[in-house]
Amino acid sequence: MILNIIWFILVAVLLTGYAVTDGYDLGVGIASLFLNKSEDKRLLMNAIGPHWDGNVVWLLTGGGALFAAFPQVYASVFSGLYLALMLVLLMIIIRGVSLEFRSKVESTNWSKTWEILFGISSLVLALLLGVALGNVAQGLPVDANREIYINLFQLLTPYPLLVGLLTVLLFTIHGTLFALNKTSNDLNLSLKQFFNKVYWIFFILYLLVTVATFLINKSMLNNINAFPIWYLVPIITILLIVFLPMQMKKSHFKMAFTFTFAITVLLMLMFAIGLFPNLVPSNINPAYSLDIYNASSSQTTLTVMLIIAIIGMPFVIGYTIWAHKVFKGKVKLDETSY
Amino acid sequence: MDVLLLSRIQFALTAGFHFIFPPLSIGLGIFLIILEYKYIKTKEKMWENLVKFWIKIFALTFAVGVATGVVLEFEFGTNWERYSRFVGDVFGSPLAAEGVFAFFLESTFLGILVFGWNKVSSRTHFISTIMVAFGAHLSGLWILVANSWQQTPAGFHLVGQGLSMRAEIVDFWAMVFNPSTIQRFTHTIFASWTAAAFLFVSVNAYYLLKNRHKVMATKSIKIGAIVILITSLLMLMTGHFSSIEVAKYQPAKLAAFEGHWKTGPAGMYLLGWVNDSTEQTYGIAIPGMLSYLVDFDPSTPVKGLKDFAPADRPPVNATFQTYHIMIALGMFFILYGIYAVWISYTKKDYNIPKWFLIISLWAFILPHIAIQLGWISAEVGRQPWIVYGLLRTKDAYSMVLTSGEIWASLFMFTSIYIILFILYIYILLKKIKQGPEEVILIEGESK
Repeated sequence: MILNIIWFILVAVLLTGYAVTDGYDLGVGIASLFLNKSEDKRLLMNAIGPHWDGNVVWLLTGGGALFAAFPQVYASVFSGLYLALMLVLLMIIIRGVSLEFRSKVESTNWSKTWEILFGISSLVLALLLGVALGNVAQGLPVDANREIYINLFQLLTPYPLLVGLLTVLLFTIHGTLFALNKTSNDLNLSLKQFFNKVYWIFFILYLLVTVATFLINKSMLNNINAFPIWYLVPIITILLIVFLPMQMKKSHFKMAFTFTFAITVLLMLMFAIGLFPNLVPSNINPAYSLDIYNASSSQTTLTVMLIIAIIGMPFVIGYTIWAHKVFKGKVKLDETSY
Repeated sequence: MDVLLLSRIQFALTAGFHFIFPPLSIGLGIFLIILEYKYIKTKEKMWENLVKFWIKIFALTFAVGVATGVVLEFEFGTNWERYSRFVGDVFGSPLAAEGVFAFFLESTFLGILVFGWNKVSSRTHFISTIMVAFGAHLSGLWILVANSWQQTPAGFHLVGQGLSMRAEIVDFWAMVFNPSTIQRFTHTIFASWTAAAFLFVSVNAYYLLKNRHKVMATKSIKIGAIVILITSLLMLMTGHFSSIEVAKYQPAKLAAFEGHWKTGPAGMYLLGWVNDSTEQTYGIAIPGMLSYLVDFDPSTPVKGLKDFAPADRPPVNATFQTYHIMIALGMFFILYGIYAVWISYTKKDYNIPKWFLIISLWAFILPHIAIQLGWISAEVGRQPWIVYGLLRTKDAYSMVLTSGEIWASLFMFTSIYIILFILYIYILLKKIKQGPEEVILIEGESK
């Protein structure tokens, strides 16, 4: 049964890997919506050029791992949240091709179209993923047959929407910091001003989600109340958020990026702690909840998968870090650029 | 239309459209290795320009492949919920392994390939090219492991009853190397190389027809011709091994391939038509040929479709036609390969005849048709089962869905895929017309 816990952690690690990596490139996309010059947008797209493809694989692998380790969750949630998931897929398709297509035809209208589609798909994707997390935290109508009957609009209740907006803003500041490390001069200045504005919206949303969790979503606090040592997680989070502007004042963009990286990890950790050992709490009857025991694969599969992860993931983390090192420093446009 | 039919249409559409791109990226990966190796060996500008040009084509193809592939990673859960619950324990691990071992490798090193020319040494760049190609093949391996398990399930046992029955893994390696994995993987990989080789030759035939890049194009056609000849022969071989496997493990599919109704010695049709309702097959057949191919004896009886309950038979004519057109195309590839090698190695001074260049220009479509038809005959021939002999397609879909929801997603995928396809072709043609950078020869200077 320890394997079930390990796989809960590993799926959380994969989704956190997605949040910290694709999080910054979704954020870069959102930030690009607020820039005026096409040249600047192009620079931002190229800043994530070598990385976004690898980043999105965290989500794919997370999906595959969910299928393998917790097939009941994969089946119930993906069929239950059908149209929302179809929108997610649509956004991933549009986003991927807009990066690849943007510079393939020399025409202002052509590149503008893809720049806008890139920005909007980034924004909507971040929002949808956040709303999905919010819905899971709040609980879904999982019935006795493990089916989820809910339509698209029933997913858009206040708490998930708040979590969705928080996700958008978190990724936006995370991505803006990534872009600040990759750019210079005027663009750097306008990104800095942009950061100062959105930081406060992020700050307010963070407080709202925290308060809302305490008021209307108390079940997420059961574990943390049972083991108060976990209160360290939100405390460190809030400290990082509060001290983030100081790093910005000193223009320590690398350190600031590390801060938002850590904030993202801690928020995901908070989410995982709140959920454990459930994967999808049922709001019809707690007994119907899908948890790490009743929704999992056999111990054999969990063992095989663990071996796969132990062999594969160190390589993945290794060459991902290496690739980021290869492309460190300011991004410059050349004949290979998007 | 009902939810089941709509889900089947959507899966066929999304998988079929996706399947245009991975064969090209798998095959082009091999060409990138060849071209970059030539560049590193000779340091000639020509090879550098060529490899840079084909990396652009590769990246474009790869991007559309990834975008359309993401859909499939999630579509089992969205539209085939019962299937996912039934097979999750077995089927999920190859999909996850594909992510861990292949997707990360491909996409991370592709970043180096496309953007890293001035950032890493040429040796590191070459290794990255190998990694991308290796990743593409590995990804093909895991997805074919999963798909082959649907055809010839192995290494599992069944637990639970009725709707909660599911397959649980007992032997991982027996699942991975189930009876059809190797045959189907090699067959698909060689098909991918063929598809890329035809595209490679087509592009260069275009340059020769336009009197451009003559040296480059002629050398490229030589490489492409050899690859086509070798892979088309290998496809014949792996296709044959595949049929032997089908004869042993999926007899209803084999009988449908040849429209073979009555148990007894079976022929092989060159051309024909099956009437599913009257249970008749018309056409020209070589008597005893199927029996001979399966068992080296033309009188060996092959189990006929009439010995299967009607509910256990696949749609016969669809399986028959797709299978036979695929084989006819495969035979054409061999003839094409023989002629292409002969003509490109014996004719001097770019004298490849114009009619052959025109055929080559358009022939790149044929392997794609063969790939799609081969895949359809494999999957339609598997019906009515989604997992052969274990779970029926009609019991595998998501019952929570309404047909309205699937109409909406079907409309979405159809429209976005039409747009994507048009844009992909448009950009591809634009890139090809632009061509690789021309090598400018200055008089007196060797290239």
